[in-house]
Amino acid sequence: MHMADALLSPAVGAAFGAGTLGAIAYCSKKLKENMDEKLIPLMGVLGAFIFAAQMINFTIPATGSSGHLGGGMILAIVLGPYAAFLVMASVLTVQAFFFADGGLLALGCNIWNLGAYPCFIAYPLIYKPLTRTNRSSGLLLFAALLSAVTGLQMGSFSVVVQTLLSGKSELPFNAFLLLMQPIHLGIGIVEGIITAGVIGYVRALRPELFESASSSRPLAAGISLKNVLIAFVILAAITGSALSWFASTYPDGLEWSIERVYGKTELPEQEHGIAATLKRLQEKTAFLPDYKFKKSEGGSKEKETSSPWPEVDTGTSLSGITGALIALGLIILIAIGIRTIRGSKPGTP
Amino acid sequence: MTFDKEYFNIGYLDRLSYGDTVIHRLDPRSKVIATMIFVITVISYGKYQVIPLIPFLLFPVLLMTLSDTPVMLIVKKMLVVSPFAVFIGVFNPVFDNRAVALSDTVYISAGWLSFLSILIKFALTISAALLLIATTSFPGVCNALRRLGVPSLFTSQLLFLYRYIFVLMEEAMRIVRAKDLKSFGSRGTGVKVFAGLIGVLFIRTIERASRIYNAMLSRGFDGKMKTMKKSRLGVADAAFLAAVLLMVYLFRAYDIAGFLGGIIKY
Amino acid sequence: MSHHIVEFRDVCFSYPDNTPALDGISFRITHGESVGIVGANGAGKSTLLMHMNGYLLPSKGTVVIGDLELNKKTSRDVRKKIGLIFQNPDDQLFMPTVFDDVAFGPINLGLSEEKIRERVDEALRVVGCLPLKEKPPHHLSSGQKSAVAIASVIAMQPDILAMDEPASNLDPKSRRQLINLLKGFKHTKIIASHDLDLILEVCERCMVIKEGRIAADGFAEEILLNKVLLEENGLELPLSRQNIIYTRKGQDERVGKT
Repeated sequence: MHMADALLSPAVGAAFGAGTLGAIAYCSKKLKENMDEKLIPLMGVLGAFIFAAQMINFTIPATGSSGHLGGGMILAIVLGPYAAFLVMASVLTVQAFFFADGGLLALGCNIWNLGAYPCFIAYPLIYKPLTRTNRSSGLLLFAALLSAVTGLQMGSFSVVVQTLLSGKSELPFNAFLLLMQPIHLGIGIVEGIITAGVIGYVRALRPELFESASSSRPLAAGISLKNVLIAFVILAAITGSALSWFASTYPDGLEWSIERVYGKTELPEQEHGIAATLKRLQEKTAFLPDYKFKKSEGGSKEKETSSPWPEVDTGTSLSGITGALIALGLIILIAIGIRTIRGSKPGTP
Repeated sequence: MTFDKEYFNIGYLDRLSYGDTVIHRLDPRSKVIATMIFVITVISYGKYQVIPLIPFLLFPVLLMTLSDTPVMLIVKKMLVVSPFAVFIGVFNPVFDNRAVALSDTVYISAGWLSFLSILIKFALTISAALLLIATTSFPGVCNALRRLGVPSLFTSQLLFLYRYIFVLMEEAMRIVRAKDLKSFGSRGTGVKVFAGLIGVLFIRTIERASRIYNAMLSRGFDGKMKTMKKSRLGVADAAFLAAVLLMVYLFRAYDIAGFLGGIIKY
Repeated sequence: MSHHIVEFRDVCFSYPDNTPALDGISFRITHGESVGIVGANGAGKSTLLMHMNGYLLPSKGTVVIGDLELNKKTSRDVRKKIGLIFQNPDDQLFMPTVFDDVAFGPINLGLSEEKIRERVDEALRVVGCLPLKEKPPHHLSSGQKSAVAIASVIAMQPDILAMDEPASNLDPKSRRQLINLLKGFKHTKIIASHDLDLILEVCERCMVIKEGRIAADGFAEEILLNKVLLEENGLELPLSRQNIIYTRKGQDERVGKT
């Protein structure tokens, strides 16, 4: 499931965006060190393959619903983790642009959730060790199942954490987890079966594809548990500091997570975060007096500034709503105006 | 969504992106930067803020109008991807039912407010993303990303992917049609058949990759994808970026909706 | 002008699964010649072409392009001399826009930006596709794709053009345009195809390949009208000549009866 911009806070989006960009840069560097030229077109075309393959649906036995391929595991098996991560990232980027799956800021999270776990954890730490010596189809199925399920479980857990850290959703942690993990268990099992099926099919028909592919990417083996752990610790640190950075901006939705992370519910009150920065900027550069003083003249209707629910200061008031409607009207008028002017001009495209 | 429909959809958006309007002619970099600034500002609003988000609609609406992008296309595409945000957001009214005063007599539950906020943010961010690609050719976006510091190995992957999406989707369509012809209208596809279909597509893809590599070799490919710098940031780009920054700043820093509402009172 | 020469000396090649593809091929093509290569499916035509730019290297024998003997070291220089155009233009046009694609070769030759633009415009003008410059390949028709694929190769200004099935997937009109285009080229041309009419029109010389060997080599007019030879090699007379022969045969029979 794709994370969406609307559920993210800037801090979480930026943290995972930075983590993903870092991972892309690292993979590019690793690949360049020992580049097999053939990989360049192969990676690109395999990305398109995942795209096309996702459009073929199949029926999940006994349920009547349909599923499709995610692709992270197949890519990792064929290309090795670094190249596979880049391809997964490119597939998700194109999806974010053409289908608006999730949005642009959420792209970092989505690449992380769907790319990093299968490529850097499930493949090197589960699939590879399991299939190193024995290549029977039973073991292949088992390894593909286990690694696909693990990858997707971590990915969906990641979605839960990202959503809750962002504090825009009210879903309690446990309920959210109970909602997400079973769904992704199903998706993971399907993914594992397809992965094993496709790999088995191709290996029976064209065994040389795998031999040549694996010999041309000696670096595929180069992922060690240590490096993986270091990378994840760094990401955890980034997320942690980001968390403390924005925590005070959105205190209410976050009590549970702060409690978990810091062991106490209260954080020192500080004004920071994007909202606060912009506010300070506004105070410094303001050429209009804060409209609130006008509000005080406006009469009793703006009372909510001192409403009994100060923790939910929404700026929502009837005059605000009227204003929003006016803004909406103006925007539509502008649009119609432009259309009319351009429409009356002959020869405009 | 059926296969052919999806194919048509992506092709339609792609075709739009090669249009020729004021917006299309801007340098891709300025559009990428403007869109990112817009998206980040929108989601920087707190979970209960609804009213201050409304003026931001100006940005997508202006882009849509100036670039002649059909409104319905953007709306339809938004609806297709909305389930996750809606699915998560709809729990807010359930778990957060504190009352918020709109006026002395009108109250609304905070959960509905935050749900509404999610929906508006969703509409703003997704339409901005869609409009970026509807007004900028994908190669343009990739070029912009590369010049904004994204590793070139990655952007060349994106370009290959984009180039061969259309080719491979047609290939996949042929394979599926061939299977449909042989399966006499039984609708579903079992896992085994499905793995076979994907396997065939996979093998053809690998073979295609080696033919492409061959074609690249015969044109002097030496391991590096080189491209020529093409676009230049001009006055129009500077003006566009300045306008977007100003708009975002004004909307973020001042309560435009409240201001307008205040004016009406007098 | 020795650098326009293509010479194969007893070239053998087997694929990794040990199917022999070329079995002692020898020929010499000199400057300005246009040579058609014909043969049944799987006879080895494509394999032969892939030896010309070093994509495949012979397991035995030597390939000489111009004054260079082809091996791993020389393959890069050889590729500047010989422009290879493949069967499927979708594999040939791998860049996101027509301009980028045609510019790909010249950029790799290390030319200046100005020179690259000149070459791209020139090549696109030759094939009549200059207005398509900024389009992405997937917005082109099959005929336009083939034309751009040719432009992308001639932008490198090779001495020799080698083509694999240039006219497959083309409608009659595009095919006609392609034939006229090819006739206009002064390059040394090597064309592998099942389209015997195209070969008959464009090429003076023709080689017939069967099971990895050269079964015949001579004037195109002679070989392509030799019904017995063609049928032995899994081919038949060019369509444009079938009517004439049939009529003549009919006349002969009539003559016989009277």
